[in-house]
Amino acid sequence: MFTVEVKVGLKKGVSDPEGANTHKSLELLGFGEVKEVKSLKLYRMHIEADSKEEAVKRVEEMCMKILTNPVIHTHEIEFL
Amino acid sequence: MKAEQVKVCILRMEGTNCEQETYDAFKRLGASPEFVHLKQLEGRDTNEGENRSLEDFHILMFPGGFSAGDYIRAGAIFAARLKASIKDDMVKFIEDGKAVGGFCNGFQIMVELGILPAFDSTMIEHPDAVLHANDSGTFECRPTLLKHVNKGKCVWTTKLDEGELRLIPSAHAEGKFMLPHGSQEKEDALYQRLFDEDRIVFRYADTEGDTDAAYPFNPNGSRFNIAGLTNDKGNVFGMMPHPERVFFRNTHPDWLRNRIGPSEGDGRSVFESVIEYVMENF
Repeated sequence: MFTVEVKVGLKKGVSDPEGANTHKSLELLGFGEVKEVKSLKLYRMHIEADSKEEAVKRVEEMCMKILTNPVIHTHEIEFL
Repeated sequence: MKAEQVKVCILRMEGTNCEQETYDAFKRLGASPEFVHLKQLEGRDTNEGENRSLEDFHILMFPGGFSAGDYIRAGAIFAARLKASIKDDMVKFIEDGKAVGGFCNGFQIMVELGILPAFDSTMIEHPDAVLHANDSGTFECRPTLLKHVNKGKCVWTTKLDEGELRLIPSAHAEGKFMLPHGSQEKEDALYQRLFDEDRIVFRYADTEGDTDAAYPFNPNGSRFNIAGLTNDKGNVFGMMPHPERVFFRNTHPDWLRNRIGPSEGDGRSVFESVIEYVMENF
């Protein structure tokens, strides 16, 4: 059993209104030191697989089939 | 074929909430719509006699609203379930020339499903476009002006003239149409294909009909103000605004002030067009 985190972000140049609005609110609350905010989505899953490689292969398929839209998203896979 | 023989599948799942207006629009024009839950097509958790097949219908309609909480991305879960269960049936339905339409969440489902814009096949494996979060970062809910720019390919708008302006309400948080974000050159070439192949159906416009008008006329920041698209054959059509909400003139926002114009609302022609298409072709 592997515990995997999949971090989904936006590709460079894709607008991120959630990040931009969070940044603006932080500034208004006095956190002027924040220079940029990017929104990300994190999925943590427990996967049964024979090996780490097999788990990565399956998670990559999940990313392509539903967790991301490859037009605008990037993803990173990390084992805990 | 008579209008009453035109069978319309109004497909819904948990969260769909514009199905009644969509059903009524088809019903008022004499067609035979039916509410169908996704499980009835999947053949799962149904009682005897409840299962349906796409073969039984001429029009497949994805109404607006939400679907499965719109978790992951708007429309992504609905699309994944369709792909997992009736992908081949859907491809056949489209290739047979039958009509598929979607408004708002329906359009989002169709893009996630890979049937719009679907540059190189009927249904592509991975989406080739996205309806991303509005530039404003908020849910935009108000009347929007649309210019009909299709030159005749789209079977859902044959009753509209090219260049005609229609007032159709928008209500969405994720409606910014985007194509693959790689090099500028490749992206420009894909947009050019949409224009060259007459796949763009509606563009947001201002009161003068200017389709370069920025926010608030363009509610989401879509490039070229794209509001609605069709596929290569013209039988698959999706748009972000809601034509079913303006079937009658008295549901237009200016009705109480003006009470002028025809009794038909600006969205009615979309339903009339597709019903006529089916009557003439099946």
